Amino acid sequence: MTIEKFNYDNRIVRNFAVATIVWGIVGMLVGLIAALQIPFPNLNAGPLLTFGRVRPVHTNAIIFAFVGNGIFMGLYYSLQRLCKARMFSDKLSKIHFWGWQSIIVLAAITLLTGHTTGKEYAELEWPIDILIAVIWVLFGINMFGTIIKRRERHLYVAIWFYIATVVTVAVLHIVNSIEIPVSILKSYPVYAGVQDALVQWWYGHNAVAFFLTTPYLGLMYYFVPKAANRPVYSYRLSIIHFWALIFLYIWAGPHHLLYTSLPEWAQSLGIVFSIMLIAPSWGGMINGLLTLRGAWDRVREDVVLKFMVVAITAYGMATFEGPMLSLKSVNAISHFTDWTIAHVHVGGLGWNGMLTFGVLYWLIPRIYKTELYSKKLASFHFWIATLGILFYAIPMYWAGFTQSLMWKEFTTEGVLRYPNFLETVTQIIPMYKLRALGGFLYLSGTITMAYNLVKTMREGTLQANEPAEAPKLEALTMEPSGHWHRWIERRPIQMLLLSLVVILIGGMVEMIPTFLIKSNIPTIASVKPYTPLELQGRDIYIREGCYTCHSQMIRPFRSETERYGEYSKAGEFIYDHPFQWGSKRTGPDLQREGGKYPNVWHYNHLIDPTTMSPGSIMPAYSFMETDDLDTTSTGPKIRAMITLGVPYPKDYDKIANRDLQKQADIIALDLKKNGVGISSRKEIIALISYLQRLGIDIKATPISDTKVKL
Amino acid sequence: MSVILILIICSLLVSIGFLAAFFWSVNNGQYDDDISPAVRILNDDEMEDIDLTNKNK
Repeated sequence: MTIEKFNYDNRIVRNFAVATIVWGIVGMLVGLIAALQIPFPNLNAGPLLTFGRVRPVHTNAIIFAFVGNGIFMGLYYSLQRLCKARMFSDKLSKIHFWGWQSIIVLAAITLLTGHTTGKEYAELEWPIDILIAVIWVLFGINMFGTIIKRRERHLYVAIWFYIATVVTVAVLHIVNSIEIPVSILKSYPVYAGVQDALVQWWYGHNAVAFFLTTPYLGLMYYFVPKAANRPVYSYRLSIIHFWALIFLYIWAGPHHLLYTSLPEWAQSLGIVFSIMLIAPSWGGMINGLLTLRGAWDRVREDVVLKFMVVAITAYGMATFEGPMLSLKSVNAISHFTDWTIAHVHVGGLGWNGMLTFGVLYWLIPRIYKTELYSKKLASFHFWIATLGILFYAIPMYWAGFTQSLMWKEFTTEGVLRYPNFLETVTQIIPMYKLRALGGFLYLSGTITMAYNLVKTMREGTLQANEPAEAPKLEALTMEPSGHWHRWIERRPIQMLLLSLVVILIGGMVEMIPTFLIKSNIPTIASVKPYTPLELQGRDIYIREGCYTCHSQMIRPFRSETERYGEYSKAGEFIYDHPFQWGSKRTGPDLQREGGKYPNVWHYNHLIDPTTMSPGSIMPAYSFMETDDLDTTSTGPKIRAMITLGVPYPKDYDKIANRDLQKQADIIALDLKKNGVGISSRKEIIALISYLQRLGIDIKATPISDTKVKL
Repeated sequence: MSVILILIICSLLVSIGFLAAFFWSVNNGQYDDDISPAVRILNDDEMEDIDLTNKNK
């Protein structure tokens, strides 16, 4: 047995740690801005800084920049030590680091300038999607390379969590990002309506599962035992709950679409798996907490353990709440309200945030060969962050519950008690202010941490290459058999990857065109494709992130059909690339907005919402009155839609702008009659045309005719 | 709704991949010992001080 000497790469760990801190502060600051924009709508500075654009920057920054870099930091540190090997390639590590940071910068720029696909947590446009896929694969190669050259035969459970993350995120990202480019920064997803919704939430839920959960469980299984200096409570439990978790998680997505136009059986499938998920989730939570058995006295002193305990507790709460929210009766109340926002922030602030902080406080002094600069400041961070979570979550639960009950309340005469949606919003504005306070507290804790850790780094010196030694891994003695299966057995990881890639590519190339385009043939005769002007207006709707506050999905409840009109049918969305059902109603549902108000109402409302709805918190979109609609994109957009199977007449793309102008002139003329003189070439005309189109196709159709074959 | 076929196929592929990985890990003896791995990860910090002088740049 030969002992090999080698070095661990700590510099890459440090780089990801710094990126985690920087993007954490940025992402939380953007979140705070978004939180303040709701109770103080004057903070919306259009077009760049309106809520609809700021909110995706916040979500993307927190998920992919803060948590993403946090994953890489912890993974690069622990994987090297668990494998007793340096990372496979320093060059790949470096490309991964800088590639990921450039993706983040590109994301921030494109999202603020209105380049978005309009699909939550997958908003980035196609060139960035490709870049993400490339960088992710390089990261995967680097990780599997390290695993292959490991000097420890046993794969510790954390590594299994990392493997699950890398493989699944790649699949999710690719499947959900299949889109047809229209221009360099504009594309349409190949899926439409219900199909797009299903793919999106299959992705969206598994992004939570395999980006925010499995990698962090991996980190938990490494860093909690390390920080507590005692082995994990039950290694056997960790193995069982890992396999159970990854087999169950991938089916739970439809619980985001309960009571929507998604077929009932698909909803039920999602519910069943969501309920089952509580077992493996709590397996992890219990295992993490019980690792501290007999060491609870140390939690009192050790700030790292404090952060970790709160993180694991928050994980337990969020994963209990998740299955509960998947119950239809609970979801009927919670969906579209701030309850969801509270739920994700218990996970985000509590589980991901606090675990990241714990790991940072543990790891930075170690790689800098020094002590933490100030334990007092770290303790202050812990308490202010915990307080911040409470100030965030409790008002949001309160707001969600209050608003939902107001939406559903009928008078004894059988009419809605709060027919004006705005009333249910102004009621909870104090809660929005408290939530912003919670966010502020949490952010100030993070800034304290940044100061503390910078001071720590200054006091120590980075041990960029940490020496280590381990015996060389001897090859297992093989039975003398030339069977092909032996080859697979010896190369499980390559085999796993290879087969996945091969089958995925093959499957996609063959299936997507046949399945999707065929099934987009209209099933409700009266549902027609959007006119060119409406299509352009719809793209403005997507660009401005209207879906972050407005749903387009009327659930089959009396409280909703009374308020908004006929409930949504799957067949109505067949030309919606992408679907715009939304997931949160800060404003009312817009599915049946068409024809509800005259054009001039929409005009005034968009220029300054408070003129039509006093007290409205919607941002003003006055810039649409001055900005000209870009009609050069009409042709390519129509062409892309034709490719996707939308039945426009042949060569319609060449004459689409003529129809566009005709319709715009009609709206401008109508506005003029009502005292508003505006050129028909402005963006606002297109948006009004889209809003007036929403949901009118089936208004004249009796319900019996709208049966949809799915 | 035909897209659900793609999702199910993709999900099944991922699951089958993991199932293969699971069988591999069991056959490989990864879980024969479920006590020492948990302890082993705690013991990797020993040599930092010894080699610091000649290896640390």
